[in-house]
Amino acid sequence: MADLRINLAGIESPNPFWLASAPPTNSGYQVQRAFEAGWGGAVWKTLGDPILNVTSRFAAVSFNGQRVAGFNNIELITDRPLEVNLKEIYETKKRFPNHTIIASLMVEPSQEKWHEIVKKVEDVGVDGLELNFGCPHGMAERGMGSASGQVPELVEKQTYWAKEAAKTPVIVKLTPNITDITVTAEAAVKGGADAISMINTINSLAGVDIDSWNTIPHVGGIGAHGGYCGPAVKPIALHMVGECARNPRINIPISGIGGISNWKNAVEFLLMGATSVQVCTAAMHHGFRIVEDMIEGLDHYLDERGIASVMDLVGKSVEKYSNWGDLDLNYKVVAQINNDICINCNKCHIACEDTSHQCIDMLKDPSGNSLLKVREEDCVGCNLCAIVCPVDGAIDMIEIPSGLPPMTWNERQAALGVVSCESNK
Amino acid sequence: MSNVNQVRISVENLSRNFQEVHPGLTKQEAMEESNRCLYCYDAPCITACPTGIDIPTFIKKIASGNVLGSAKTIMTANPIGASCARVCPTEELCEGACVLNHSTKPIMIGNLQRYATDWAIQNEQILFQPGKKNGKTVAIIGGGPAGLASARELGRLGYDVTIFEAEEKAGGLNTYGIVSFRLPKEISYWEVKQVESLHVRIRTNTRVGKDISVEAILENYDIVVLAIGMSSVPDIGVSGEDLAGVYDAIEFVKETKTKPISNQFLKKRVAVIGAGNTAIDGATCSVRLGAANVKVLYRRTIEEMTAYEFEYEFAKQDGVEFRWLTAPKRIIGDGQGHVKEIECIKMELGEPGEDGRRRPVPIEGSEFTLEVDAVIKAIGQSRYVDLIEEFALEHNGGVIKIDHNTFQTSNEKVFACGDVIFGKGQGEAMVVSAAQQGKETAHAIHKSLFHSVTETS
Ligand SMILES: Cc1cc2nc3c(=O)[nH]c(=O)nc-3n(C[C@H](O)[C@H](O)[C@H](O)COP(=O)(O)OP(=O)(O)OC[C@H]3O[C@@H](n4cnc5c(N)ncnc54)[C@H](O)[C@@H]3O)c2cc1C
Ligand SMILES: Cc1cc2nc3c(=O)[nH]c(=O)nc-3n(C[C@H](O)[C@H](O)[C@H](O)COP(=O)(O)O)c2cc1C
Ligand code: SF4
Repeated sequence: MADLRINLAGIESPNPFWLASAPPTNSGYQVQRAFEAGWGGAVWKTLGDPILNVTSRFAAVSFNGQRVAGFNNIELITDRPLEVNLKEIYETKKRFPNHTIIASLMVEPSQEKWHEIVKKVEDVGVDGLELNFGCPHGMAERGMGSASGQVPELVEKQTYWAKEAAKTPVIVKLTPNITDITVTAEAAVKGGADAISMINTINSLAGVDIDSWNTIPHVGGIGAHGGYCGPAVKPIALHMVGECARNPRINIPISGIGGISNWKNAVEFLLMGATSVQVCTAAMHHGFRIVEDMIEGLDHYLDERGIASVMDLVGKSVEKYSNWGDLDLNYKVVAQINNDICINCNKCHIACEDTSHQCIDMLKDPSGNSLLKVREEDCVGCNLCAIVCPVDGAIDMIEIPSGLPPMTWNERQAALGVVSCESNK
Repeated sequence: MSNVNQVRISVENLSRNFQEVHPGLTKQEAMEESNRCLYCYDAPCITACPTGIDIPTFIKKIASGNVLGSAKTIMTANPIGASCARVCPTEELCEGACVLNHSTKPIMIGNLQRYATDWAIQNEQILFQPGKKNGKTVAIIGGGPAGLASARELGRLGYDVTIFEAEEKAGGLNTYGIVSFRLPKEISYWEVKQVESLHVRIRTNTRVGKDISVEAILENYDIVVLAIGMSSVPDIGVSGEDLAGVYDAIEFVKETKTKPISNQFLKKRVAVIGAGNTAIDGATCSVRLGAANVKVLYRRTIEEMTAYEFEYEFAKQDGVEFRWLTAPKRIIGDGQGHVKEIECIKMELGEPGEDGRRRPVPIEGSEFTLEVDAVIKAIGQSRYVDLIEEFALEHNGGVIKIDHNTFQTSNEKVFACGDVIFGKGQGEAMVVSAAQQGKETAHAIHKSLFHSVTETS
């Protein structure tokens, strides 16, 4: 059994699996059930005011029959009075002293307001604070959430105010609704943040009902943009985590959020630099019990590799994530079709023929059986055929020696005496 | 004989016919199927499984790539879970309860269970650790599913367990009685190995009552678990049963699992008497040994047949013929001591008997004969009455009487589980219920000795 305990900026947790600030962490009852199920920590549903909400809050995107590929919401922060939440945080922490409780906070951008709320939640014994600069809807209209999270100066200033009062570590939760997340991440660092977490939800409209012409969801016939999350956003979240992790100026721990549904997804975020992971949609889809497999799967993964502690995974893939200008232009892979596995759907052929480089031939073998073959000399190694192939192992992308020494774009430009256009971060 | 399975059955290479019929799911099939599972909460499939496997969880773990965890989930609840994946009548149990029966089609739970346990077998996983020794000794008589399941639980609870097994290998009917093409013995051996890894001693080739006395057992152990199952197929009670060419179905199947496949059935005509799972296994085995014609003779109708639906379907696909309302009257020899014909009589159903099933009554003058080269008797199993009486246990025709909550017999230090407590007229005995009883017996023993049930983890 590997050691699954983590330490994120001084916040200790029995395992890296936290529930994200969202409906699953709305009350003491829920968070306690979650801890019983095995979750290591919970970021309480964002505290603040006012308490109001709309009904018809969520919508999901199914993809080819797979439910909840993506999830969209227009709900606001907590719908319960601060006093009630504080009391339940206190009770929950008392019952589960070894589990991590983080208070998620969102107040107007004023120093007193931040000082006041920070003091209140620390008094009931939270292990840390998460500043919610991320919700893309509702709160932004009032200058909170992503409205402040999109302005680096506001991020820095509010982080600073929270830090002035805070005795526990401060995590700044970033919005993805920004061109370059490292800019706000850096602002958080400048403001004194102990850690950052990302991503909050992405601006979205789940759909339009083609019969009623209403938006999905709609509130009495009118819709508004919501926040997108769930499996569909994972690549975006992973990218943002990776960009922050490899940026030397953002040298604080990261809590990774966005589309994490199982232990493998969690391992990816850990490898890309996250110390803890937060989950919302997967828990909403299946219940708290999913954490059992997350913990066990991670544990088996570490044991199999002889890795003693989960902390030893953190950031191990970061150095492999770089800029396009650092890629070897002379590295070459080509597709190879294993005809004994191939079931002859010809999808690779038509994908390559119509939309790539026309190098998969449909042939017949001497006994008249269909055969697909890649003309390697014309293959550009784009992977498209392997991506559309429905059968495991039928198409391999194999490395072939190009016969040329490695040469990156940057090296090439340097050799040509041109100044690199890649802004080296 | 025209039959659907004929394509799969080879007359040239008989041994090939005894390889497992169904290939396991490929990884891709397992991924697609496991992702189709809804992961229901409070799922009906769990309730429908006699051992209560947390089915949605084991399936979710296949989907997430945690196959080791999946195998652990299965085997924790069911120590015979690898065999059960192959021999359980799943459409009557878990798969029959799947909520998707009401919308699309049920999840292939059995096949997914096989996928996960096959993975554990191929990767030589040892899934459980022995518990801290608690100083108590238990003798388990019989190393079949019931005995193994109770040994597994007792081993995890820290008991010093010895299994006494009459045969050369443990596993009971899973090793010797269920045909190879449905359950290869290697699967059963792996389950035995899992039990041995908990420091359980298995003394094979040791028949209690013969190689070691009942007194010695009763004296030397704190607790005794009787899990001896049932015995050989009883006589039908017609003349000619002693002729060469008349077989006990269980012995017959055992030969195919322990000896090289012989060709003595090639092109032969076979009559199987009875219509339980044993009869089906005897019949399909005959087909696979190259028999030209195999008929199952049953004195009742398809309605009363105790074989599982999937077994019956399987036999029909193998080309086995079924003659309902047909009872053997005598077996006729060829004058040289070998079977030549079987005389049968047609039956009709009369009033219900003790077990509630309508009793078959012969129709006078309806006799007819069938030319056969072999007769396989499969009319159920007899009981180890002598041994049960040597233990001085109360029983009802060889069915040991127990307290259904504690599995205790009339001797409070002797517990019994599995086929040995399987009552008459209850349909067919099942591996999965033997496993569950074994587990429950272990927990009951623990409760009786320590007055509390400690969960094994
Ligand atoms: C041909 C056939 C096909 C079947 N098919 C299926 C099926 O498809 N699905 C299903 O669920 N069930 C099936 N069953 C039923 C299933 O095999 C039994 O219900 C199950 O094996 C019972 O387990 P058990 O441990 O009680 O007994 P057994 O499996 O009979 O094991 C008893 C063990 O005790 C040993 N033993 C007996 N006497 C002594 C002694 N004096 N000393 C030491 N050891 C002794 C025996 O050698 C044996 O190993 C089938 C049964 C038969 C006969
Ligand atoms: C219904 C809903 C409500 C949410 N409310 C909050 C919130 O109050 N505060 C917050 O910081 N994030 C909130 N989030 C965002 C989540 O915490 C999380 O960042 C996001 O859902 C991405 O994770 P996921 O893909 O695992 O769902 C909410 C998300 C959902 C779906
Ligand atoms: S009932 Fe069917 S869908 Fe539901 S968990 Fe069981 S197998 Fe899956």
